[in-house]
Amino acid sequence: MIELVFAQLQRRDRSGGDCVADNGICPDWIADNFDRYLDPFWQHVYLTLVSVAIGFAIAFALALLAHRRRWLAPPITQVTGILYTLPSVAVFFLLLPLTGRGNTTAIIALVAYSLLILFRNFMAGFDNVPDESKDAGRGMGLSYRQLLWQVELPLALPEIMAGLRIAVTTTVGLTALVFLAGAGGLGEALFADINFRSNVLVAGGLAVLLAVVLDLLILALQWALTPWMRARA
Amino acid sequence: MSTTLAFLGDFGDAFDYIFHSRESQAGGARVGGSELLPLLWTHLKVTGAAMGIAIAIALPIGLALGHTGRGAFATISVSNVGRAVPSIALIAFFVAFFPRTPEFWNVTVALALLAIPPILTNAFVGVRQVSRDAVDAARGMGMSGTQIVRSVELPLALPLIFGGIKTSTVNVIATATIAPLVGVLTLGDPIISGTVHGRAGQIGASIVVALLAVLAELALSAVQRAVTPTGVKLEKGASARASRLGTLKRRIQTVP
Repeated sequence: MIELVFAQLQRRDRSGGDCVADNGICPDWIADNFDRYLDPFWQHVYLTLVSVAIGFAIAFALALLAHRRRWLAPPITQVTGILYTLPSVAVFFLLLPLTGRGNTTAIIALVAYSLLILFRNFMAGFDNVPDESKDAGRGMGLSYRQLLWQVELPLALPEIMAGLRIAVTTTVGLTALVFLAGAGGLGEALFADINFRSNVLVAGGLAVLLAVVLDLLILALQWALTPWMRARA
Repeated sequence: MSTTLAFLGDFGDAFDYIFHSRESQAGGARVGGSELLPLLWTHLKVTGAAMGIAIAIALPIGLALGHTGRGAFATISVSNVGRAVPSIALIAFFVAFFPRTPEFWNVTVALALLAIPPILTNAFVGVRQVSRDAVDAARGMGMSGTQIVRSVELPLALPLIFGGIKTSTVNVIATATIAPLVGVLTLGDPIISGTVHGRAGQIGASIVVALLAVLAELALSAVQRAVTPTGVKLEKGASARASRLGTLKRRIQTVP
């Protein structure tokens, strides 16, 4: 039944010795076939980065809005909370009549999922800015806009970056499912031969590696953006 | 205009699929309507079994680590690594490496592993954020360590503990949707076997799964409110406690 549906997902053509026939972990096969994983890997990177970037931009806009008009924060949290609760696989197919199959559907679902995480961390960041810092800024004659960009946002960076790290790692994991929406990625490579241990290790391992590398990159970015935190430590 | 009607038609057909069974697209078997009930049952069974295992493992460990204050680094690492592993990779890992184990249990164990980090982290943070004054008072009254956990730390940590259980349950319900990829027929079956159930089946089952997740979220939120001890207002006190927890709170995402 499953084979029928995913007839379009070609079972990987496998040739090799006993190890491959036994579904084992075969270093030779991995070395010979590693290039098969490059396209799915880059598609995975592309979908993750585009989704998180769009999600970050929308969450930032929503956070600025909720920062200016506090009463908007609870309804925004509730709406993004519902989007967060909806299972991504269900969202792929609920979007089917509207956007069909492919990258657009995948990106909409991934963005919807990341909004709550990013928005909540933006708000947590704003809440953690000490009142003394804001008073000092106002005392120096900063306007609302200057206070926001020169005092509040920099001091909120640790929470914002923490949210970004969570959003990126979860999005890498969810992107492994977008092949169900016809958008490829490492999940497609993984599922194409789910009983073959070498395949599962390489495709799954690349996804985990991607999550770890992106996480470390954001950590490095945070380190570069918050020199005053280093001085204190 | 015609596109609007077309997608209304898709959703209309999907609702018809949910409420009335029909012949499958491949002919023969009936699908949809009451035929969804066995799929729903398997979905709930997998979710229940995975959550049972996850709670049995993560809750005692989280409470113990929170009580002693040790293992903050390990707890954070578990939750970070847990987020990075894609659910499909974990399920595939168990299917590929334990081909003899029944698929139901491979999926259940994979889902249980996915459910552990939020429960563990929230139990740990829940116990750590209990006021040290309350714990010292209990100790001064001559309570033993076990008594402190049972009568002071556990009740005060319950809101966060249920927050973790809620997060994991919703996540497991969502992830159980892909179980049919390895032969466990949950509500994801109509979604994944599109040639059998058709577009109406795919969209219909998506609606049912989405409703199930939202219902679980609402029901467990109600439980979470009900178990919050009188006098403890989690939302109000959270920011005050956050400053005391410092960097720990900063790096651990609790109830999303």
